[in-house]
Amino acid sequence: MVPLSYYLVLSAILFGCGVLGFLIKRNIITIFMSIELMLNAVNLTFVAFAAHWGVLSGHIFVFFVMVVAAAEAAVGLAIIIAVFRTRETLNVDRVNLLKL
Amino acid sequence: MLHPILFFLFAALCVGGAINLLVQKHPINSALSLIVVMASLALIYLLLGAEFVAAVQVIVYAGAIMVLFVFTIMLLNGGAEERTPGSRIAAVLGIPALAVAIGLGLYVTLQHGITGDVALGSTPGYPHAVARPLFREFLLPFEVTSVLILIAIMGAVVLAKRSE
Repeated sequence: MVPLSYYLVLSAILFGCGVLGFLIKRNIITIFMSIELMLNAVNLTFVAFAAHWGVLSGHIFVFFVMVVAAAEAAVGLAIIIAVFRTRETLNVDRVNLLKL
Repeated sequence: MLHPILFFLFAALCVGGAINLLVQKHPINSALSLIVVMASLALIYLLLGAEFVAAVQVIVYAGAIMVLFVFTIMLLNGGAEERTPGSRIAAVLGIPALAVAIGLGLYVTLQHGITGDVALGSTPGYPHAVARPLFREFLLPFEVTSVLILIAIMGAVVLAKRSE
């Protein structure tokens, strides 16, 4: 038996690492990976609460979050490729115009 | 007795991978440590009795999405990242602010939050059980996700296409 709060604490730590990576990293791909880390932390909360309350809706929500994450990764990485093609850099400080 | 040991083992692996993601300079090292985080999260899902979610986590996240990331890193041939004044300010201001925010959240969770234990396999999360609500109450959202995936595929092709 593991208390529910342990899972929530682990999820908070992972989410914090994701936010920290989003703030201090300057490589656009690493920033994108930090977003994936945050999504994973939220998924862990969903599954922990689903196990705690004994309902399966949490699992379904995790399924939908994963679908959205997959779509987001496909489009986001395509945008990164398009940005790299015009800017020749992956540093977000150098990418200061929305125009391609 | 085995349950807490396994939990702490995989939780330590998770947090270690997440911290390694922040410490590493090269994106490929960050991507590989993110795979470690996702694989150990799948094992934690198994501890929570979510077999379907664990399998999907390994196949979709640790498999498909991370392959896409590694592929993009290799395609763009990005080197180690450089430090800028902006990132130093973000680290100096962001780390304490984030520590306070997480500490507050943990305090609320541990002091006033929901308490209770999670037993091994308390909720049946095998595919047969997950499919029942997915194809009944959540049938419409499930169908909408197929449209979303289709749009994402077309968007990725249009964006990554070399403009003439």
